[in-house]
Parts: sequence; C-alpha cells; structure tokens
Amino acid sequence: MIDTRNAAQTDASNNNAAHGDDILYAVRNVTKRYGDRTVLDVAHLDIRRGEILSIIGPSGMGKSTLLRLLNFLEPPTSGTIHFHGKTFDNSQEVPLALRRRVTTVFQQPMLLRRSVEANVGYGLRLRGESDRSEQIHAALEEVGLGGLARQPARTLSGGEAQRVALARAMILQPDALLLDEPTANLDPYNVGLIEQIVARLNREHGTTIVLVTHNVFQARRLARRVALMLDGRIVESADAETFFESPGDPRTAAFVRGEMIY
Amino acid sequence: MEALRLIASGDSALFEIVLLSMQVSGIALAISTALGVPGGVLLALTRFPGRKLAVVAVYTGMAAPPVVVGLFVYLMLSRSGVLGGLNLSFVPSLFTAGAMVAAQVIIAFPLVAGFTMASVSGVDPAMRLQVRALGASQWQVTWAVLDEARIGVIAAIVAGFGGIISEVGAVMMVGGNIEGRTRVLTTAIVLETSKGNFDLAIALGIILVGIAFLTNYLIVRLQGRSFD
Repeated sequence: MIDTRNAAQTDASNNNAAHGDDILYAVRNVTKRYGDRTVLDVAHLDIRRGEILSIIGPSGMGKSTLLRLLNFLEPPTSGTIHFHGKTFDNSQEVPLALRRRVTTVFQQPMLLRRSVEANVGYGLRLRGESDRSEQIHAALEEVGLGGLARQPARTLSGGEAQRVALARAMILQPDALLLDEPTANLDPYNVGLIEQIVARLNREHGTTIVLVTHNVFQARRLARRVALMLDGRIVESADAETFFESPGDPRTAAFVRGEMIY
Repeated sequence: MEALRLIASGDSALFEIVLLSMQVSGIALAISTALGVPGGVLLALTRFPGRKLAVVAVYTGMAAPPVVVGLFVYLMLSRSGVLGGLNLSFVPSLFTAGAMVAAQVIIAFPLVAGFTMASVSGVDPAMRLQVRALGASQWQVTWAVLDEARIGVIAAIVAGFGGIISEVGAVMMVGGNIEGRTRVLTTAIVLETSKGNFDLAIALGIILVGIAFLTNYLIVRLQGRSFD
C-alpha cells in the first residue's frame, strides 16, 4: 500500500510538480566546490515529506557533502535549496529557527563529555526548553537504553553511543532527520536495532528521513526511494522497487549487483 | 618549629603580607582569565590575518622571564616612561599594588591564552559540526567547544596562577617590597632570607605552598565532574 502511494508521488515529481505541499526539499542546480574541485553537482532533487530517501554510492562521491548542505551547515557554491516554503542560495544566512527543523546523525556519534541524559537533552537545551527529563527518558527507552541515563557518555560501547546520538536527534522531532552512514561501524545487532528505530520514527511520526549509505542492503531494507550518486551527481533516482529490480541506468544495475568497477 | 609557631601566632604583619599576595595574584588571575580564555578561543577557532604572528607572540610570552616583564613594566610606568608620563588615572604608579597586578597580568595572560588555545584546538572539528547540526548558534558552538575542552582550560588557569603566585622578580622590581604596601610572600621570603631570619622565611614559604595547594584543590574540586 505504501509502495503505491510512493509510486504515485514519483510520477508527480516526474511531472515536475516541484514546491508542492508534499515537497520538503527542492534542490536545484546545486554545486559545491572546494578550491577548484567540484564535489557536488545536483541538477534536480526533490525530497518529499514523510519519505525515506536513501542516497547510495561509493564513498567520496559527495553524499556527505549533500547532507551538510541539506542541514545548512555549509552554503552551496551555486544553486538553490528550497526548504519549508523558502528558497536559499549562498547569499543569505538560513535563519536559526529553520535550521533547527533538521538535524543529522553522523557516522561517529560525537557525544559530549557529559552524562547520557545530558547528551540526549542537549538539543532541547540549545533551544531553551526546560523541564525535559520525561522526554529524555522516553527517548532513551525508545532506543533501548533506559537504564543508562546517568552514565558518562564516553563509557558507552559504539552501538550504545550511536543509539544515544539517535535519541538526541529524535527528541528534537525534526521535520527531516539526515543519517550519514549511521551504522557503518556497528555490529549486526546494533545495525538491526537502529534500522528498526528509524523505520518506526518514520512510520509513527512521519519524519522525513534521508539516509546516506554505501550499503545497498540497508537501502533496500529501509528506503522507499533510492538515488545513486557518483562523482557528485545523481545518476538515477526512483522508487525502491524500480531502482533495485529494473534500474534505468547500467551503472545503477552494476552498483546494485555489487559489480561496479570504479 | 619556630616557623610553625610564627604561623600559629597570627602575627598581623604576616597576615597583611598573605592578604596582599592573595589580592594581587587573585586580581591579576581574574583579569588574565577574562582576557586569556576568550583570546585563546579566538586564536583556536578563527582565522584572521596576523593570527600566526599572534600565536608566536603568545608562545613567546609564555616563555618570557618575569624579570624582563618587570623591567618592561618598570620602564612603561616610570615617570619618564611611555604610560607613566601621561598621568592617566587608570595607569597605576610604580611601587604600588596596581603596578604589581599589571606585571602579573602580563606574565599570566600568555599562559592562560596559550594553554586555552591548545586545549580548544584539540577538540575534534567534527564535534563543532555535530553541535551545529543539533541547532546550535555560533555562540552555542563556541561554548560547547569550550566546555569540551574544560579540563585543558582549567589547567590553563591553574598554570597562570602558578606562574604569578610564586613569581618574585617582577613584583620586586615594580612593587619595591615596601613594608605594609607592596610586600608580598615571595619578596618577603627573599628579604628575610637575606637578613638571616630563616624561621620567618620558612614560615612564609609554608604559607605560600599552602595557598597554592588550597587554591588548586578548590579549582579542581569545583570542576570535579570534569575528571570522571
């Protein structure tokens, strides 16, 4: 049922119905250059409200750069990013209130030198919200770490730390949650847990998720729409079934089969 | 034994010397911290023209011998000096506690700034990116980085305090070791030793070490959670 809905949305975007209510991000002709090296060159990418979009491709192809741009951590060199009814290019600062509608969980959990609960509540504190211990405990329960609230964050294992990082992001109830290789360093048990949490967040709260991964299997398990990125460009984007079963581009087919020679 | 008796007797002249030492070094440390911590953060996190030169200047300041700082302050503040000749109300006169504070600030500031810079530079830049991604403003990012580096920043302040409470050359030159006005623990120790009053000198030494120990203990205790 979900698949049909997404397929319909895919058609809508093919008809170029950008900036509609269902579009959270519209990326247009965005490039990012460091020195004279162009690391990103995305002509057209829409991200719809409530979808899980996975961007796959080998490492070093610009996927992380795209996420940094979507989180407004860096401005694009050229082009525009349309977010929440406003269009931004490199000439204007994205307002803090809008930047706070999106957050990223990186490959490294990057926990602060504080207790687990202080880490989970950190984003709320940045926003000046008080009386948050109930929310913090709910978020920790959600990632299966209810008993560790008072522990120093630095004493956690890799998988626990990444789940704390995920709780710290989820508690903010962002419109978009960006995940940059969130399970690349983890054991299969923690990978499974994190995928479950992400899927539930998307299903129950309608949070838009952009998942960057080099893991084709993870994309297949989670994503409803998939895009392949090579050399900073989107080679192909399609709903998951089409992408994996009948890709339009030979490079997509090769990457999906694990035969890409690069 | 005589030394301990002197301490226990609570001699008023002794008390005055201890109090002045703490006041001069305390004020100098407060000023050095207020300037040095932000200065160190600025050097660590921002890029501006002349930054490298500023870093070299700070490192040089960290190694500057206190007597040279004393000479510099002496020349600046003397009646014929650059600042002394201007008769500005906020410029302290030579041979006053104010002049000693000025000298100690010049000694402690590079220590606080330099060690703060080093510890803030040690925080992973990816942490800054993560904190920003969680919705931090520029100020909040800076504060978070400072908080992550807090053990090093505390060490910077401790180093600054250690550099001035035990310092004798500069305060001797610009203070003059005047009884009841600019005599502090270190200058008193020099004087009493040269006069052969070893018991009193030892008593002063014990107090000096005691103050250093207590102050550092308090600083570490205040930030106890940092060391878990």
